[in-house]
Amino acid sequence: MIRLESINKSFGAHHVLKDVSLTVDKAEVVCVIGPSGSGKSTMLRCINNMEDIGSGTISIDGQPVYRYERDGKLIVDSEKQIEAIRAKVGMVFQSFNLFPHLTVTENITVAPIHVLGRSRGEATDIALGLLEKVGLAMKAQAYPHELSGGQQQRVAIARALAMRPKAILFDEVTSALDPELVGEVLRVMRALADEGMTMVVVTHEMGFARDVSDRVVFMADGKIVESGKPHELFSAPQQERTRDFLRSVLERNREMGAAASR
Amino acid sequence: MFTTFIDLFNFEGFWDYFPDLMRGAAISLQLTFCVMLIALPLGLLLALAKIGRSRILRIAASFYIEVVRGTPCLLQLFYIYFVLPAFGIRFDPFMAGVIGLSINYSAYLAEVYRAGIVAIPHGQVEAAKALGMSRRKMLRLIILPQAIRVVVPPLGNYCISLFKDTSLVSIVTVRELIFTGQIISSTNFQYFTVFTIIGAIYLFFSYPAALLVRYLEKRMAIGARRPVVVASDIAPVATVEGTAKS
Repeated sequence: MIRLESINKSFGAHHVLKDVSLTVDKAEVVCVIGPSGSGKSTMLRCINNMEDIGSGTISIDGQPVYRYERDGKLIVDSEKQIEAIRAKVGMVFQSFNLFPHLTVTENITVAPIHVLGRSRGEATDIALGLLEKVGLAMKAQAYPHELSGGQQQRVAIARALAMRPKAILFDEVTSALDPELVGEVLRVMRALADEGMTMVVVTHEMGFARDVSDRVVFMADGKIVESGKPHELFSAPQQERTRDFLRSVLERNREMGAAASR
Repeated sequence: MFTTFIDLFNFEGFWDYFPDLMRGAAISLQLTFCVMLIALPLGLLLALAKIGRSRILRIAASFYIEVVRGTPCLLQLFYIYFVLPAFGIRFDPFMAGVIGLSINYSAYLAEVYRAGIVAIPHGQVEAAKALGMSRRKMLRLIILPQAIRVVVPPLGNYCISLFKDTSLVSIVTVRELIFTGQIISSTNFQYFTVFTIIGAIYLFFSYPAALLVRYLEKRMAIGARRPVVVASDIAPVATVEGTAKS
């Protein structure tokens, strides 16, 4: 479904992705974990061309996309082609990015109407169905500023789903939420995973990564250090770097637990 | 002898020149209206050109804006009315006034629009892009509707300021309020009376307009608070776009 081959990417002199290769199968849920600055988000953002890549090839649905070589010639996708790919690969952001001037329903219908060319009635029906699914049917006419962070993020997920995407990219979608609102968003994501949605999830939620994902990828310093089944990676990490990271996360969680019980 | 303020007025012949003043005021209002009709869309186009992807348009728009803002409006009016005829381009005074003020105001309004557009958080652009929107759709459906809220109050203020600036075109003999006042007072010598009345006429229009703008500003501020509320929701953990890369 999604395939990255030896992706390199630099911001100026800063080499953020080093030879990153990753394959995500259809209906697979891949969680990407790792310390801040490890290139997780950048890798995710390359998948739907929110960032250009320096070198390497990205394929979606078996098709090389954005810029690639064929028969020794460099091919660069047109804007229209890139837009068409983005319409098939949804993205949910850390900061929700709902459109503040539109109601919840309009947030969800604007792209299906204007990008996919659906009728307003059809798009609205789909939107209301999705709101039901994320548990926000009663907020259909509300504006984003009237919602809590968790509710906004669930609307953002519904907005991505309304495009009937083949895969969804989640970019630290719970990092900006108050702790008590994280659960409601993760529940929605878990339900999506159960339905067989292809998902790439950059996250700091180790519990989610362990319980929901089919595969966990650990990144550090712009490289994929290790990847594997969640129980393997979490209980028997092969690399020193992975062990260090998991230990520090575990310690932090323990401290938070201790603080909470105090 | 002690003269009161009222004593300074001399209303002799008032009813003779009052219709002229009204005609002058009408011309000033017409100028304001015509110029806004041209400068509002032209300013938006200039702003879009300046933030657009075409290098040529970007440079052209910047050049236009900088040249217009860097030279006096009076000079521009002189140029149009007195210099262009040398090249065979002739306008009547009213047209010259409309063109001069439109050129001037479109440049200033372009900067207002641009400021409104760049004030929209980058996350909005990202969300629109991620949904597969083209730049054009993003602009029309997401960016401009939000930018409008930001720019309506300053645009209103420019409207008022334009109404007063129409006095500049008296220099190219447009019979607006000031020019009419000069004609009247140069024959009856009642400078105090005539120009005080003219001042009152300007105030009569611009003060209610200023109140209206203030009202709009308040209304828009409520609308504009929306994204701010969102931002404060996420403030504890979120960081500014681009600093939270991992």
